[in-house]
Amino acid sequence: MTSASGIGARVLRTEDKRFLTGTGRYVDDLPLARTTYAYFLRSPHAHAKIKSIDTSAAAKMPGVVSIFTGKDTADAKMGGLICGWVVKDKHGQPHKAPPHPVMALDTVRYVGDTVAMVVANSADEAKDAAEAIKVDYDVKQANVDLAKALNKGTTEVHAAEAPGNLIYDWEIGVKADVDAAFAKAAHVTKLDLVNNRLIPNAMEPRAAAADYDKGTGNHTLWSTSQNPHVLRLILSAFVLGIPEHKLRVIAPDVGGGFGSKIFCYNEETMLTWAVSRVGRPIKWTAERSESFMTDCHGRDHVTHAELALDKDGKFLALKVDTIANMGAYLSTFSTAVPTYLYATLLAGQYTTPLIYANVKAALTHTAPVDAYRGAGRPEATFVIESIVSKAANELKMDTAELRRKNFIPTTAFPYQTPVALQYDSGNYPPIIDEAIKISDYKGFEARRAEAKSRGKLRGIGFSSYIEACGLAPSNVIGQLGGGVGQWESAQIKFNPTGNVQVITGSHSHGQGHETTFAQLVHDKLGVPMDQIEIVHGDTATTPFGMGTYGSRSLAVGGSAIMKATDKIIAKGKKVAAHLMEAAVADVVFENGTFKVAGTDKNVPLGQVVFAAYVPHNYPLAEVEPGMDENAFYDPANFVYPAGTQICEVEIDPDTGETEIVNFTAVDDFGNIINPMIVEGQVHGGIVQGVGQALMEAAVYDKSTGQLTSGSYMDYTMPRADTVPSFKLGYKVTPCPHNPLGVKGCGEAGAIASPAAVMNAVHDALGPIGVKHVEMPATPLNVWQSIQGTHRAAAA
Amino acid sequence: MYDFAYHRPKSLADAVNMLKGKPEARAMSGGMTLIPTLKQRLAKPSDVVDLAGIKELAGIKVEGNNVTIGGMTKHADVATSADVKSNIPALAYLAGHIGDPQVRNRGTMGGSVANNDPAADYPAAVVALNATVTTNTRKVPADSFFKGLFETALGEGELITSISFPKAEKAAYMKFPNPASRYAMVGVFVAKTAGGVRVAVTGAGPSVFRVKAMEDALAKNFSSAAIKDIKIPADGLNSDIHGSAEYRAHLVGVMARRAVDAANK
Repeated sequence: MTSASGIGARVLRTEDKRFLTGTGRYVDDLPLARTTYAYFLRSPHAHAKIKSIDTSAAAKMPGVVSIFTGKDTADAKMGGLICGWVVKDKHGQPHKAPPHPVMALDTVRYVGDTVAMVVANSADEAKDAAEAIKVDYDVKQANVDLAKALNKGTTEVHAAEAPGNLIYDWEIGVKADVDAAFAKAAHVTKLDLVNNRLIPNAMEPRAAAADYDKGTGNHTLWSTSQNPHVLRLILSAFVLGIPEHKLRVIAPDVGGGFGSKIFCYNEETMLTWAVSRVGRPIKWTAERSESFMTDCHGRDHVTHAELALDKDGKFLALKVDTIANMGAYLSTFSTAVPTYLYATLLAGQYTTPLIYANVKAALTHTAPVDAYRGAGRPEATFVIESIVSKAANELKMDTAELRRKNFIPTTAFPYQTPVALQYDSGNYPPIIDEAIKISDYKGFEARRAEAKSRGKLRGIGFSSYIEACGLAPSNVIGQLGGGVGQWESAQIKFNPTGNVQVITGSHSHGQGHETTFAQLVHDKLGVPMDQIEIVHGDTATTPFGMGTYGSRSLAVGGSAIMKATDKIIAKGKKVAAHLMEAAVADVVFENGTFKVAGTDKNVPLGQVVFAAYVPHNYPLAEVEPGMDENAFYDPANFVYPAGTQICEVEIDPDTGETEIVNFTAVDDFGNIINPMIVEGQVHGGIVQGVGQALMEAAVYDKSTGQLTSGSYMDYTMPRADTVPSFKLGYKVTPCPHNPLGVKGCGEAGAIASPAAVMNAVHDALGPIGVKHVEMPATPLNVWQSIQGTHRAAAA
Repeated sequence: MYDFAYHRPKSLADAVNMLKGKPEARAMSGGMTLIPTLKQRLAKPSDVVDLAGIKELAGIKVEGNNVTIGGMTKHADVATSADVKSNIPALAYLAGHIGDPQVRNRGTMGGSVANNDPAADYPAAVVALNATVTTNTRKVPADSFFKGLFETALGEGELITSISFPKAEKAAYMKFPNPASRYAMVGVFVAKTAGGVRVAVTGAGPSVFRVKAMEDALAKNFSSAAIKDIKIPADGLNSDIHGSAEYRAHLVGVMARRAVDAANK
């Protein structure tokens, strides 16, 4: 239907009223009677043996209720945290799986590793007592330099379980075929890249609260989780053994996740374990410095790539070698990120017929690394789009033209790539054409000349990305080693008075589901927006759901909602047929009303719903009372958003500062439900990618393993004044295999933009002889690259 | 934070008395450094003497050739003061670019100068303008006030009551902010006053310092061309993940030239 708030309408976000008026309810807001507070004592060392822990003085401190150490968890035979995706190496062997104790037992392996939990009457008392715990450490050499992590002689993080720090040596593609193609190539472009390590920095730090009902044996965990059911499943089945029906997990309002809140973490596990022992509720909220140290970090690759081209610039083959940092322990989905979410994307938008990738996952004495907005796909896009731009430069071809020459033709979909994925749909040339038009690419050289007259170096960079989101179908993910299903659930539960609860297994932590999902239901069923309540995030009140990550909520969760609305309409037709004394086959549903086709007989949905709950005149022999339908949706394939971004920068050669002066993004997200929310996602994603390209870097001191960038004093976040107003455009190729024809938009901005920005930086600096600038292109890095060129010229 | 005794005196004399004989007591002006330090448990003072209630310490006066600013005057008040803007616009500009609006409406000139953070802005203005720091016991010329990293001439219990800045014929401040914190990674204040030309640098070294070679060149010819070949040695300059000593040394030159150009506008 067409309506001011249906599909395609720019509806203001209904949830923003409570977020903007301070009435959102986050874990830390939770009032719990008689609650205690936890504080975690963390390792100040990157690598040390724990010789002894003395908690006796701390236990006598005011307000202390309990203190737990690794020994307590070992005595209780608590399970360790798990990695939920088994990646098989190139010999078919499962990855090495070193133990991940919830609290350090005899060794600490990164700065921030959990050593003891103090529970006290107040957070301050817990912290005071933690300072009184005496830990005798035998400090060892730390290994934090990823490029050297796999070298012989490097300190091992888990010597017994993962010799040489190697988690897996994985490959995709046939190396011999790729080598043969390189041997015949007219041109080979080579590139060494570092994909810088990032710290997620969700606005709300991680938090947890636990309660235990002695009478029933029921546990409740409130957590800042993106996927409460998955968290419950892991805690129940693998770590704590509390049966699922005795553990309720609630993720209320959550202030941002970006992937970092997918995982099962130590602290929430400890709270859930300890709460029955303490006998009072326990709360914990991370301080910002704890977030820096212990939220799973993102990216962190060292890569060598080579692209083979024929004399006309057609790509013949791509070869990629990557070392991916896992940190000190394997986080929940860490193993999948640099393999199935990275190497399988290396075809990009191109027909490259042969691709070989080798990925070695390495352990270091750093925080665990796992999925972060884009998870693998930004790393893949950065490799492809950097090397394509470099090839264009080497061959003196127009960078857009080289891309266009190698695009997968629009007629070739569905398109089987050489790296396992089958792209369902796409139409790339009109996207780049639109981006070129919006950005006035043709006028760029004039702008470059004008900038030069002001002493500025102007450059332009392209990034034509593909991404695969909404991981699916479940059976394929299972074959690849994924430990969970990849469907989503929905329930549509009408109340007798006609308003409706839409209960989703997706989880909103800023994405605006309460608006987008309501628009779907409003559009499909005609129920007014203000009569629709979106419910999510509580295992006790929602069907089992997989949660929100990987830009899946609309494509998978929204499709489940569509399936549930279909069931409502199907049932409603039977009831309406009875009420109108017509045949079910003659009943149609339009604009919220059931009608007998070709007559003026009609009955509105609200009346049908009322009849279903007060079934006095009702076909009870054929139809059950009630209007409450469940649906589960398991997609046939991933969805494949694609787009082109064009970034223009100006660099001040005197200071090395880079200013983004123009930024265009044209995306194909399939059908769009709420353009305003999509724009917000694109804006935020681009800013995160710009942050990676120009500013953000998680830096560990190479000798001590200390996190140098452990606060906002040293970790550079993008700010409002970092970016210009974006110029956005859309092309629509509906997804052919989901009922809404939608793709995903949550990660695209962050996936594409690092390459667009860095290509622009290289384009700006190329004319003065700079060959390579490492990401992030901070003023210092840019200035040093320019100086290096001067030195080389002088030599 | 750890426990401490909190005092809020109404007069300078009371504040001085409260600090007397308590080596672990700390005076607090705006608290923009002290409060975060307390919250991070990096300081454990016995007493905090909050100067915010002492009205006599805040305010801006023009006296003869000087603009005198009370120690408890907030950055936002300096930035918007008509007296400062008309007599030393560069000082108003500097104050208007410290931190963010919250900091500028809490932080004070005296607090910043007494703390002498190597990345603070005000020390550059104090030295470049050859200001005089007045305390409860004496007057200290700018050149003898800043002693080193977080170190000043202030003795135990000594409080800055005001700072007197000579009016400038020409002056400008140029800051290259640390990309993360936006404190000054390099800040250069260039001033031409009745007393001559001064170039003071903050952020680059352990404490504010003057660049004599630039001052001499500018005294002869107050133009950026006059200092374009002056190289700053990197020895002893700060180095961190945002800027090597060499980069900072280079930026001193760039910021100094830009400051001279701005002062000439």
